[in-house]
Formats: sequence, C-alpha cells, structure tokens
Amino acid sequence: MNALAARRRHPAAIAILIILGLFLTGAVYAALAPKPADATTRALPAQSVEEGKALFRANCSTCHGLNAEGRATGTGDQIAGPPLAGVGAAAVDFQVGTGRMPLPRPDVQAPANNEIKFTQEEIDSMGAYIASLAPGPGVPSEEAVDPTKGDAARGGELFRVNCAMCHNFAGAGGALTRGKYAPPIEGVSGRHIYEAMVTGPQSMPVFNDANLTPESKRDIIAFLYTIDEAESPGGMTLGSLGPVSEGLFAWVFGLGLLVASAVWIGAKSA
Amino acid sequence: MSTAPTRPADALREGDRPAESRPGAAARTVGGVAGWVDDRTGAAKPVGYLMKKVFPDHWSFMLGEIAMYSMIVCLLTGAFLTFWFVPSAGHTIYDGSYVPLRGVSMSEAYASTLNISFDIKGGLIIRQIHHWSALMFIVALVVHMFRVFFTGAFRKPREINWAIGSVLALLAIIEGFAGYSLPDDLLSGTGIRAMQGFVQTAPVIGTYLVYAIFGGPFPGEMIIPRLYSAHILLIPALLVGLFTAHIGLVFLQKHTQYPGPGRTEKNVVGFPVMPVYAAKAGGFFFIVFGILSLIAAVVQINPIWAYGPYDPSAVTAGSQPDWYMGFADGALRLLPGWLEFEIFGYTLSMNIFPGALLLLPLVYVVLGVYPFLERWVTGDNREHHLLQRPRNSPVRTGIGMAAITAYSVLLFASGNDIMAIKLGMSINDLTWFFRIGFFVLPPLAFWVTKRICLSLQRRDRDTVLHGRETGTIVRTPDGRFFERHDTELTPDQWILVQHEPVAPLELEPAVDENGVARPAARKDRLRARLSRFYFADAVNPVTPAELAAAHYHGEEHEAIEPSETSASGGAAPIESAEAGRH
Repeated sequence: MNALAARRRHPAAIAILIILGLFLTGAVYAALAPKPADATTRALPAQSVEEGKALFRANCSTCHGLNAEGRATGTGDQIAGPPLAGVGAAAVDFQVGTGRMPLPRPDVQAPANNEIKFTQEEIDSMGAYIASLAPGPGVPSEEAVDPTKGDAARGGELFRVNCAMCHNFAGAGGALTRGKYAPPIEGVSGRHIYEAMVTGPQSMPVFNDANLTPESKRDIIAFLYTIDEAESPGGMTLGSLGPVSEGLFAWVFGLGLLVASAVWIGAKSA
Repeated sequence: MSTAPTRPADALREGDRPAESRPGAAARTVGGVAGWVDDRTGAAKPVGYLMKKVFPDHWSFMLGEIAMYSMIVCLLTGAFLTFWFVPSAGHTIYDGSYVPLRGVSMSEAYASTLNISFDIKGGLIIRQIHHWSALMFIVALVVHMFRVFFTGAFRKPREINWAIGSVLALLAIIEGFAGYSLPDDLLSGTGIRAMQGFVQTAPVIGTYLVYAIFGGPFPGEMIIPRLYSAHILLIPALLVGLFTAHIGLVFLQKHTQYPGPGRTEKNVVGFPVMPVYAAKAGGFFFIVFGILSLIAAVVQINPIWAYGPYDPSAVTAGSQPDWYMGFADGALRLLPGWLEFEIFGYTLSMNIFPGALLLLPLVYVVLGVYPFLERWVTGDNREHHLLQRPRNSPVRTGIGMAAITAYSVLLFASGNDIMAIKLGMSINDLTWFFRIGFFVLPPLAFWVTKRICLSLQRRDRDTVLHGRETGTIVRTPDGRFFERHDTELTPDQWILVQHEPVAPLELEPAVDENGVARPAARKDRLRARLSRFYFADAVNPVTPAELAAAHYHGEEHEAIEPSETSASGGAAPIESAEAGRH
C-alpha cells in the first residue's frame, strides 16, 4: 500500500484512475442494464396470411392501424404510420428485415438496427399479409440479386448517376435536409438493396423496373459487392468521406507528426 | 593548461611537439576542386558568406522549412507523375487492371491516372505522396504564417516579405486546385464544373471570363490541357521564383529571433549554416520526406478509381474541395439564396459571387496589407529584429485569433454535410449555427484572446514585482505568518521585462496655434482612434524604477513605516506579507 501511495503523484496516475473508473462503470452497466423484453413467440410454423395478420396486429397496429389503414398521431396533425396497402412484401421484408421496423421511437427517420425483432418466417408471414391487402412489389428471387450474375462496371456507372449523389461514391452515406440522411450501404445484403430500390423507403425515391431494369439493379448490387470486397489499394480509407476527412487527417496527424519532429530536432543541441 | 609549469608532472612533456595538423588526402582533393571552381567563378566569397550566416534556433522557425520541404517533395513527385499523365480530355475505353472500371468510357486524363495508380510500378505511392505533400505544404505554410503574425515578425523591414508570403499562399492554393482538377475523376470534374459556375457569377465580365478560361460556355476539352500547363509550368515557376525571393530576403534581412539575454535588435544569436544548420536542415528535409512518405504509404488519399470517371450527370455526396479551398466552399454554403437579384435585366448572383469568387483574393489581400495598416496605426518606423511574445501585443493577437475563427467557421461550414451524418445533426441547424457563428464568434474570440493576453501580461508584472509564491509559510518571532515570495529574477525571467512600453498616439489639435485648421486632422483622428483601440488598455512592462520601489518597499518596510503597520490594524498581516516578499 505504501508503494502505491508513493506513486499517487505519478504523471500516469490520473490516466490510470480514469481508465479504471471507465472500466468499472462499463462493467457495472453491462451487469445491471435492463435486458430487452422478448415477447415474440418463436418458431411459428409455415408462413400464412392469418399468422401475419396476428403478428401485425400485435406489433405494428399501434401506428399503422388495425387493418394497416394508417393512423394519425394523437394530436392528429402528423402521420404516426402510413397506410400499407400496396407497399408489397418487399417493403415489409426491407423495413423489418433491416431492423428499421418496429420503430423504437418517432424520429426524423427510421435508423437501421442490428437487432432484428422477428425471425425470417415471421417477417415473411407479415409480408404475405400486407401483400394480401393490395398488389405490390414482392421479395426478389435469389437469382435477381445474385452479384455474380451482374456487371460491376456497368453497375458502377448506374450507381454514380442514380445513387452516389445521396449515398456517396463509395456507398458511405450522405446527409439530407433536417437531420435526415442516406444511410451507408456497405455490407447491406443484395436482397435489401433491391427491395430498397423497388419500394423507396423513407426519403429514397422508387426506382421501378421502368427506370432501372431488374438487370440494372443486379448490376448495381454487383458493383456494391465488388467495392465491399475490394481491398483499398492506397491504405486506410478514412471512412471514404472524401477531402474532409483527408484535410482533418492532414491537420491533426500530419501537422502533429511534423511539428513533433521539428520540436525534437529544435531541442537537439547544435 | 596555460599556466601549467607549476605542476611537476608537466616536466615529463617538455620535449613534446604538437602534431602538425595537415589536411588529409580527401580534404586536399576537396580543397583543390573548390579552388578550381573558385578560380573560374569567384564563388568562394558568396558561398563563404552564406556558410557563415548565423541562424537562431527555435522549433517554430522550422514551420516554414516544413512548407519548403513539402513543396520540394511535390516538385520531385510531380516530375515523376508527368512521365505518365496524359493531359487530354480525349475519349478512351479503359482496359487496365482495375476490374470495376473495365470497359467504361472515360477521358485519357482519367485513364492515365488509373494507369499510374494500378499499372505503373510505385505510381500509386508517388501519387499519394504528391497529394499528401500538397495538403501538408499548405497546412505548414498556414501555420508558418501564424507564427510570423503572432510574433510580429512581419514588422519593418519585413513587410515586403510578408506580402510575398501572402502571394505565395494564394498561388499555392490555386496550384493545389489546378492539380485537384486534373485527373478528371467525378470529384475533380465536379470541381471544375463548380468553378465554371463561380467564374460566371463575376458581375459584368463573368461570361467573358468563362469563355476565356474554358474556350466555350461549358468545361469542354480545353480546360484539362490548360490547367495542366498552369499546374506544371506557370504556377510552379511563379512559386519557385517568389519562394527564392522569399528566402533570399530572409538571408538579406537576417532571421528574426526570440528575445533573450544577449539578443538585441543588432545581432543574431544562433549557429552558423555550416556545419550546424546544413546538418540540421538537411536532416530535417529527410525527416519531412520520411513522414510524408509514411503517411502516403498507410493512408489513402483521393481514391480516383472509387470516384469513377467524370460524368456531368453524376455527382457524389460529400463533394468537397481539398481543405485549403474549403473556406470558399463553406462561404458559398452559408450564403442565403435570396441574395440573387436582377438589375436592369442582368442577374447579379450575390448568393455565390462573394463567397465562391471574391473571398479568395480578398482574404489574401487583407492578409498582405495588414503590416502596412499596423505600421500606420502604431507610427512605428523602426526596424524590428526581436520577436514579440503574442501576449505583449494583445490587440494584434486578438485580431489574429478573430481572423482564424472566421476562417475556421467557413472551413467547417464546408464540411457541414459530413458533420451532419457523422454527428447525427441536422444540416439546416448546422448551417444556421455557422451563419450566426461567422458574425458572433470572431468578436468573441477577439475579446477572449485580448483579455487572456492582458491577464498574462499582468501576471508577468506581478511575477516581476512580487516574485513567485514559494509555498513556504514563515512565522515571524512576533507570531505573524507570511508566505515567502521568491523575487530573484533568473535570466529566463528577463523575458518578462524586455518588451517596449506602448501608449496610444496623442491626438494633435485640429487647429494649430494660429487657429488655422490642419488639413490632416480628420485622418489623424481616425489614426488616433485606431491607436487607442490598439493601446488604450496596454499593460506595460515593469520599469526599473517600479522594480526598485517594490523591492525597497519590501526590504525596508518595517523600518520606514512602523507607525502605519500598527495604525492600519487589520491590514497588518498583509503588509507584513509584503515585507516578507524577498
């Protein structure tokens, strides 16, 4: 203890204390944090409209209405959830399958969420129910989203013309007005990319088969897979955000290193 | 050793002869060659002069060196790139080794840049060193400028060199922009198209300028070859020429030095170029080159293959210029759209022109003019070779910080979309924050900086007059306590009193003694007002008289004023604390 007390004024003491404190806080939080309640019933059998309807009523109707007719908020001036007739199974698969729905809280935009609340069977059941209300785009086949069957170079051109203005040249995402944003599309599955294009979730426009043929969509998916898998030839990408992150790096690390070496060489006696 | 014979052991060395110092074979060869060159060119004198030149030593004097070396690295790597770059907008179909672009139609400029990046050995690293060095060149140049500004190194006789430096800074960012625009990828093409729009907003002459620069109403096939000539020939020649003048003037006028014992306005205390600075600066070049290469080796910059070829119909989110053009881009983003209006049937795009076009030269003109303005206000016509500590010129330091703040607001505004996604904020809120911040933050920065400088100056005075608090509490025989203050001025504390006292200029009366109005009175009033702005609340250094008074007071207090101590009652302990300050 005496040795410890003697070192209490060591320059590193504060840093070590802070690290210990942060670690303890984190450990206690991890132990005590409330776990999300798991109320969904697992292992539903085959998908069916009836089961989908039951799931929809239990989980979605608060905002979208009991028959998916859409609802206004309590004050009546804003939409709580839009009507869903005609959005198709593809929209359900995209919104629920990427964790965007059910929406945890009203916000400018539904964020993608790694915690998917439903199994794929349940999602398919709800999709079947929504598709039964009115015809809409369906979930694409495996073949339609197979990146190996697409032309990445052509997909790149289509991506730059149609998508890059919001999603950035590398699919790193971009800002829209008033806190809305085009999310990063790195690591998104081909099926979800395809569904986003045909259903136009959130602020995204719909790219129907007339403006982008299914083959073009597959080319875009192929392009996105290619840049996902490609190693960056030049080194660290700094988030693929363009000159802003490069400038920040130059000012912080470049200047830091160069000034440190200037101080070092300046301190050397002649 | 000179008074050695007193030691008996020295008798042993009596017959010793010192070894003759004859130059070695290598030295004689060098001397021979040098003599041969000198016989033919007479170079020995000027070279000897340069080699013996003394430079003061400080790390902050090396910031300019960093800029210089980065520029040299740019020149070296740029020469390599010209071997393979094809400055042409001619169409071609890519057939190189980068698969995601195979079969895509593009310009020859873009295809050759892809070629440099993927098919020329070492091409990518050289390209990345070139680009990182360009960014670091301008970063270092700006920081070097901060050093010169805040230490008052631009004062007479160095105003011309400051102006040359300002032109160099402007040329450097134009050079950078030209280089950024060459590869004809999506980002640089967007930049050129934006520049064409900016040039068009110049009132009256805009369209003529566009035709002159681009050879047509749109950025066609002419712009890349033209930018190439500017980038590799015209601007580098100007840069190198002006830079030579810049550094030549440093040699001619001698380098400034920080104040310190033994340093005056008439000497330079430091080390000669040969051998000390030649070694240090030469070594530092390799350090800078090494660091730039290291950064270029591990961090990707401007991945043109990822941007894709330029296509007027496409644009990418996060389209920004390189950082040094960011302030103009930021100003453009902040200007509200309603500033565009029509007058006599002509459109004036005041929502674009002031930020995107006017600001660029304006910033550097204001910068270049500042020394002349300050000299006029202070009326200081003497030469200055000793630098000022920033705190000893509070108003100038405040102005500098205000300018940096305004510039930074604009610079950050150009990244508003990146900040919005990365920080989860609304781009509209950010834009409003920057709009208001542009007007509010610089005066705030000025005020805060000036107050900090004044308090630092007062603290310096306090340290000189009353010494350093030692933390030693002394109890006097009659039971009083005081803290011992250490008032010994160590040599390094000399810096606290070395600067010159300042005072605002006195206003001469508007009419002379005969009642005749002086024509210069109005100008003088402005000058006096500005002078008051600079110096009205100046904190001046402790004078010898003040110091003597403080010390005298301290030592002889009890003996001289015994009655006051007893009469002041409650104040007595404070008084005696003063007495103990020695």
